[in-house]
Amino acid sequence: MTDAIRTLGFLAVRAAADLGSAAAFFADVARCMVSPPLRLRSVIDETWKLGVLSLIVICVCGLTVGMVLGLQGYNTLVRFGATESLGAVVGLSLVRELGPVLTALLATGRAGSATAAEIGSMVASEQLDGLRMMSIDPLDVVVMPKAVAMVLVMPLLSALFIACGVFGGWLVGVRLLGVDGGAYLTSLETSVDFRDDVMSSLIKAVVFGVLVGWVATYRGYTSAPNAAGVSAATTSTVVVGSVAILVFDYFITALWGVTS
Amino acid sequence: MSSHPTHIALDGVAMAFGTRPVFRHLSCRFPPGAISVILGGSGSGKSTILRMIGGLVRPQAGRILVDGDDVTRCSKRQLYDVRRRLGMLFQGGALLDSMTVFDNLAFPLRERSRLDAAAISRTVHEKLEAVGLHDVDRLLPRQLSGGMAKRVGLARALIGSPAVLLCDEPFSGLDPISSRRIEALLVRMNRTLGMTMLVVSHDVESTRRMADHVVLIEGGGAVEGPFATLRDSGTPYVRTFLSDEVDETLVDEAQQALAR
Repeated sequence: MTDAIRTLGFLAVRAAADLGSAAAFFADVARCMVSPPLRLRSVIDETWKLGVLSLIVICVCGLTVGMVLGLQGYNTLVRFGATESLGAVVGLSLVRELGPVLTALLATGRAGSATAAEIGSMVASEQLDGLRMMSIDPLDVVVMPKAVAMVLVMPLLSALFIACGVFGGWLVGVRLLGVDGGAYLTSLETSVDFRDDVMSSLIKAVVFGVLVGWVATYRGYTSAPNAAGVSAATTSTVVVGSVAILVFDYFITALWGVTS
Repeated sequence: MSSHPTHIALDGVAMAFGTRPVFRHLSCRFPPGAISVILGGSGSGKSTILRMIGGLVRPQAGRILVDGDDVTRCSKRQLYDVRRRLGMLFQGGALLDSMTVFDNLAFPLRERSRLDAAAISRTVHEKLEAVGLHDVDRLLPRQLSGGMAKRVGLARALIGSPAVLLCDEPFSGLDPISSRRIEALLVRMNRTLGMTMLVVSHDVESTRRMADHVVLIEGGGAVEGPFATLRDSGTPYVRTFLSDEVDETLVDEAQQALAR
């Protein structure tokens, strides 16, 4: 019994210390973000690496999710003779939830893990220590551009995912199952509200970008300086990042509903 | 380089990694303008001494003085000021693998100095010449041999003309010719520039040739002095470590282990 309480206490203290250290890390990166030099060139390079290289994954996944939604939506709506509402079903599902959430989960797996692995291997090969010894802050030079790029890239990828999904739903619903094309687009346009749906989707994407950027860079930066450390940082980024996205998704949705 | 040689001293340093103590009460000094070689068994904490001097790790107790500045009490900003007086050659070179050799050397100058592009290019090529490298500036670190990477690392450590050069295992993993070349380079730089050098090594032969001062880590503390004095000392461990004598006890133990 005493051992169990001791273990629980140890885990609680370690979790609190880890959270505190992550918060301090976040504050340090935020300070680098607002203090000169702004390192626009590095941010653009990282945006390219994280964003452009994720395009195919996002497009393929968005398209297939939209096609599945089209198929499932049609099968349900046809029972009620309401197939003209297919555009609304596909659009609302994608804009409100699936677009930002699935994009963030995909970005965590693709770009977040790559970021953690890259920073982790820089730790293992003493590259970050090398920068420190040259009086250069690795938070400013290595971490900040990656974190900022993740925040910039997430809403763009989410928008692309939604666009591909809407197209996928149209392909299945209109071209394959014979739903009227005009009805599909009209129901989509009239049901998706800019403030309630598009803005909340955008805010979710930005918050998820901050979360994934934070978790990935923090896990890489604090990884043990060896191969096992890099592997643990990558795994932890995907697990912690994915859980954080789903938890925050609930809270943003709830808060947005209250404020609406 | 600064106008006067830099004094470095460790005073009553205690350091542990987790529950494993590395140093209990380590006190030693490194004479200004001299080559000091730090020797010791594997895992005795030789590299940790360099990392503590550079402020990359903090000891739990004691003082580390670099020209009177106690690096154990420096803030992050003060540490960066101290590090401007230090250059460090890491065991694996610690070159930034996303940059070419030229950019690796130019990067600290672009970050910390107000030199224009032409002056930076001139300085980079001077340093590469100084370590005997030509036509490598467009190569990436992964395209270099181990010896070349060490020499590029050395050129980068010298790029800011530091008063102190910290070398972590400069001869490890090199063939005898590359090893002797690096040794000759270090000695030449010390004699011509009067630079204080701290070299972590396992190699007793090169230590005998190049060291003005030897610090031998033993039992969480250190013994220090000129090579010949230590070799002729009454302490069996020190004498065995620095001489060609074979410890018969160790040979017996090895033979018994093989027989089992």
